[in-house]
Amino acid sequence: MISRADVDHVARLARLTLSDAEAERMREQLAAILAYINKLRELDVEGVEPTSHAVPLVNVFREDEVQPSLPREAMIANAPEPAGELFRVPRIIED
Amino acid sequence: MSAVATAAGYEVVIGLEVHAQLSTRTKMFCGCSTTFGAPPNTQTCPVCQGMPGTLPVINRRAIEFGTRTALAFDCTVNASCRFARKHYYYPDMPKNFQISQYEEPLAEHGGLEIDVAGGGVRRIGIQRLHLEEDVGKLVHEGTLETAPSSLVDYNRAGVPLMETVSQPELSSPEEAAAYLRAFRAVLVYLGVCDGNMEEGSLRCDANISLRRRGATELGTKVEIKNLNSFRNVQRALEFEVIRQAAALDAGERIVQETRLWDADRGYTRSMRSKEFAHDYRYFPEPDLVPLELDLAFVERARAALPELPRAGRRRFVEQYALRGAEAATLTGSRALAEYYEATVGAGAGPRPAANWILSELLRVVPGDDEQAVRDSPVSPAHLAGLIRLIDDGTISGKIAKSVFDKMAASREDAATIVGREGLTQVADSGALALVIDQVLAADPKLLADWKSGKTAAENAIVGQVMKATQGKANPALVRDLLKEKLSKT
Ligand SMILES: [Zn+2]
Repeated sequence: MISRADVDHVARLARLTLSDAEAERMREQLAAILAYINKLRELDVEGVEPTSHAVPLVNVFREDEVQPSLPREAMIANAPEPAGELFRVPRIIED
Repeated sequence: MSAVATAAGYEVVIGLEVHAQLSTRTKMFCGCSTTFGAPPNTQTCPVCQGMPGTLPVINRRAIEFGTRTALAFDCTVNASCRFARKHYYYPDMPKNFQISQYEEPLAEHGGLEIDVAGGGVRRIGIQRLHLEEDVGKLVHEGTLETAPSSLVDYNRAGVPLMETVSQPELSSPEEAAAYLRAFRAVLVYLGVCDGNMEEGSLRCDANISLRRRGATELGTKVEIKNLNSFRNVQRALEFEVIRQAAALDAGERIVQETRLWDADRGYTRSMRSKEFAHDYRYFPEPDLVPLELDLAFVERARAALPELPRAGRRRFVEQYALRGAEAATLTGSRALAEYYEATVGAGAGPRPAANWILSELLRVVPGDDEQAVRDSPVSPAHLAGLIRLIDDGTISGKIAKSVFDKMAASREDAATIVGREGLTQVADSGALALVIDQVLAADPKLLADWKSGKTAAENAIVGQVMKATQGKANPALVRDLLKEKLSKT
């Protein structure tokens, strides 16, 4: 129910390069996950309103007040390849 | 003009999508500051960096600003709306998804009036208005083509953005530019966006298609990105009209694609990478609960709306007897409109106040920069003071211009400068009569011409007297003295 083409499409959207073996493993795992999720379809939800949230809350706001940001050093420390005060990423290929 | 000529036979259909950064102090979903120009990556936190386990919380002011704008654009504010995740992978976005709104935007079904060629007014429909978060900024090392890598500054990631999509109802590049101008003016009036296109506070993408005149089907549309000034919106669309018309004339098919405007080179070019990538897999943002804006909230926002540019413009025409174009310029910015009314309020006549602001003030202060107008080196009270000195004959209009320049340079008031530099108009008839005698004695031909009643000669004499007094003579008095002298000879 999930094809190799689906896996290739999602991988491309996620900018991932998968080997044939990896793609096949992903296909199997995704298929298993989706099959499991599909069990939900067995439930009778007749008359139940669709919802995106389980909690009965609306309008949760914060005031527009500045809070301290994380120090740059701490943030950059997480970067696989820092470049001084910036994050370095692979070259963006536009076309 | 060339765009119009080339496209004869075609109808142009344009829709604009405008992204405006809201002038909140903090980001959309976290407390990081939004101050422009801070050192790179000093305004980020685990929330806007998308660290696992963090939770976004909606900035109340962003919702207020969005609501205010929606009402100003005559939109219906939806009683309930929610945020959604828009997925795409690009290094300017640390989370790999952008929190945006999709099926349930904040507001829909509005409109904006614009001026069209020939003096008419058109209402351009607004499809929807929604809120989302901005992304970081990529800095390329060297040129895009040769850069070994890109660098990212995430200060902007998470700044509140308001996206407003017009109906495809604009029928020329000029109308598109007019729409964007009117749009910007409203936002600036509302105080929800500083409207600074250079700093990227206001960004515009356009959809454009052509169809044969009379055809009912829409043509294939092309999206143009990177339109960061009024001029570029118009230029890019003019280029695109010509390009598409030429292609259609040659029997080619227009490809649905995204093109990037290159302002330096003056053309649009295809961004091929975007052709396949539009699969955003939207779904409701599970970390944010829905919004249910009650009527009281919306009505409070409506009650707090200021006078909007078009209403201000109509009022300026009626109340101050200004021409439409003058009123349009003065109300193009809220700060400028306030400046004008403060000048009139300080005692200047509505007519000279308009003249001085339009011809002199806007020479030294950029009228589209709200802050620059508020910080003007010549205050409304000082400008009114200068106009008063002209009105009561203390200085001539000519001298007044140089006094204005000095006021702009020193921030002093007019009277101080006039007093210190002895610029007071010579209104002493004895002294002026002496100067007239000297002028006439030096030029017997002029004397003869004048005696024979030539108006040109009188003007020449007045001119020479002004010159001899370095512009300080009161010209009306000089003419009176000349008349008196002529009657005696
Ligand atoms: Zn943050």
